[in-house]
Amino acid sequence: MTTSPVQVRDLQKFYGSFKAVDGISFDIHEGETFALLGPNGAGKSTTIEILEGYRNKTSGDVHVLGVEPSRGGLDWKAQLGIVLQSTGESGNVSVVEQLTHFAGYYPHPRNVSDVIEAVGLGSKAKTRISKLSGGQRRRVDVALGIIGRPKLLFLDEPTTGFDPEARRQFWDLINQLKAEGTTILLTTHYLDEAATLADRAGVIVGGKLVDIGPIDAIGGASARVPLVRWRQDGVVRSERTAEPATLAARLYAEAGGEVDGLEITRPSLEDIYLDMVGNHSTALKTAEENA
Amino acid sequence: MRTLQLGTSRIGYELKVYFRQGDTVFFTFLFPIMMLSIFAVAFSTSGNIGTAPDGSGGITVASFYVPGMVAAGMLLSGVQNLAVDIAAEKGDGTLKRLGGTPLPVFSYFMGKIGMVLLSSVFQVALLLLVARVAFNVELPSEPSKWLTFAWVFLFGVITSCVLGIALSALPRTGKSATAVIIPLVLVLQFISGVYLNFSQLPGWLQNFASIFPLKWMAQGMRSVFLPASFEAAEPSGAWDLGLVALVLGVWLVVGLALCKMTFKWIRKDT
Repeated sequence: MTTSPVQVRDLQKFYGSFKAVDGISFDIHEGETFALLGPNGAGKSTTIEILEGYRNKTSGDVHVLGVEPSRGGLDWKAQLGIVLQSTGESGNVSVVEQLTHFAGYYPHPRNVSDVIEAVGLGSKAKTRISKLSGGQRRRVDVALGIIGRPKLLFLDEPTTGFDPEARRQFWDLINQLKAEGTTILLTTHYLDEAATLADRAGVIVGGKLVDIGPIDAIGGASARVPLVRWRQDGVVRSERTAEPATLAARLYAEAGGEVDGLEITRPSLEDIYLDMVGNHSTALKTAEENA
Repeated sequence: MRTLQLGTSRIGYELKVYFRQGDTVFFTFLFPIMMLSIFAVAFSTSGNIGTAPDGSGGITVASFYVPGMVAAGMLLSGVQNLAVDIAAEKGDGTLKRLGGTPLPVFSYFMGKIGMVLLSSVFQVALLLLVARVAFNVELPSEPSKWLTFAWVFLFGVITSCVLGIALSALPRTGKSATAVIIPLVLVLQFISGVYLNFSQLPGWLQNFASIFPLKWMAQGMRSVFLPASFEAAEPSGAWDLGLVALVLGVWLVVGLALCKMTFKWIRKDT
């Protein structure tokens, strides 16, 4: 039996009386890409930084590649790739110098020029990092995260500041890493990114995991019921139904021809997520007011 | 083995970054050379220092300032450079990033100390070259003096490095680092006989300065670069090289203990 690269059981992190993380449990399986979603301040980064060994937990059981992160040694770190939320400064060296230097830390690093190409900085390889734009520096962060050929890659809001083209390029890169069997933990505010890259997702609100499951099952079946929208007598009408084609056919028959402004949509991950976060935030507030 | 290899690789990296930063090169690397030039030029007409009543034994102002500037260079390269540099690296996320890689902490410090040692050797060589060529300062020819120079220099630079690393914990943010560290270092230079003639300071100030290592570095360097006739002007009337070694040794141990207590890759859980 193989153990999952990431195992989290009942993780808690308190700052005084503030419960930043309040009893979270999840596993990430080998080769899987797992997205941790949630609003700002929900506890995503705290959780990820505990897994990376940067913060100590208050209680619970955490194992990353079989090791309790606060006791992780250099051999353990050599198997991780970490892309932190904030960019680390190292302005006075060029992209290629920085990557070559960092490659030396790892036992089996990737080829430096391959990595520079993969993050789309081929034409900037000899440029000092201080002269790069914010999005380009972020790509250097990603390059430094993967240079050591990690088994497990942490990506904390990796594409902040990317233009759409750079984001597509980044997605290709991640798909390539997935194909090589890299296990990935991703946090992001872009739900389309999570939907494209992740196999499963967990949603954190107020330090608690409110849902976890495959990307196409988050929110449950009821959250995915298609929405039919049309215009009748100048008024926009809408109805949620599991049988949208039947409804559309009925409308067609009633109208005796094309239906004005007809559209059928399935809620995107973003719609489902916003619903979920909205409901839970309201529930939390009510609970607090009742307490 | 791997630790030493990575440490060597860090030294190269650190040196590269150091010499690419215009402001550090100016304020730590070239500063003593610039100050020596200013003093030598400003006081060029004021005659020799320490001339005996019979008109013998005097030295030029430039010669008089050489030992102090050598000591200042040791202090700046170690304490000021490292304290500001490491505090800034803490502030801007460099240390956090390194903390997530398999780089041993020892290799990191080996890189820093190696960078300071190499750059300060280069610095003192340039300083002595300028003193000799531009200001006609006579340098000692006895091997025993250069032996004293070597150990005081090495011991002083390493102690400065360790104290710089310890002091890097003091600034609360990377941005405040220079504002916190530079005044400390500057005051120390004024009371330790770098810019002002130590023998003319009031006794209580001499005693206060004697607590800190810079006074002893400067004294050790005076024993190398000043003629024997200046020995009598020291507070105790002697170069006291044994005491120089002792005080530097004590500060080295104190510095190491402080480093051990205060250094962290990141400010955990703040």
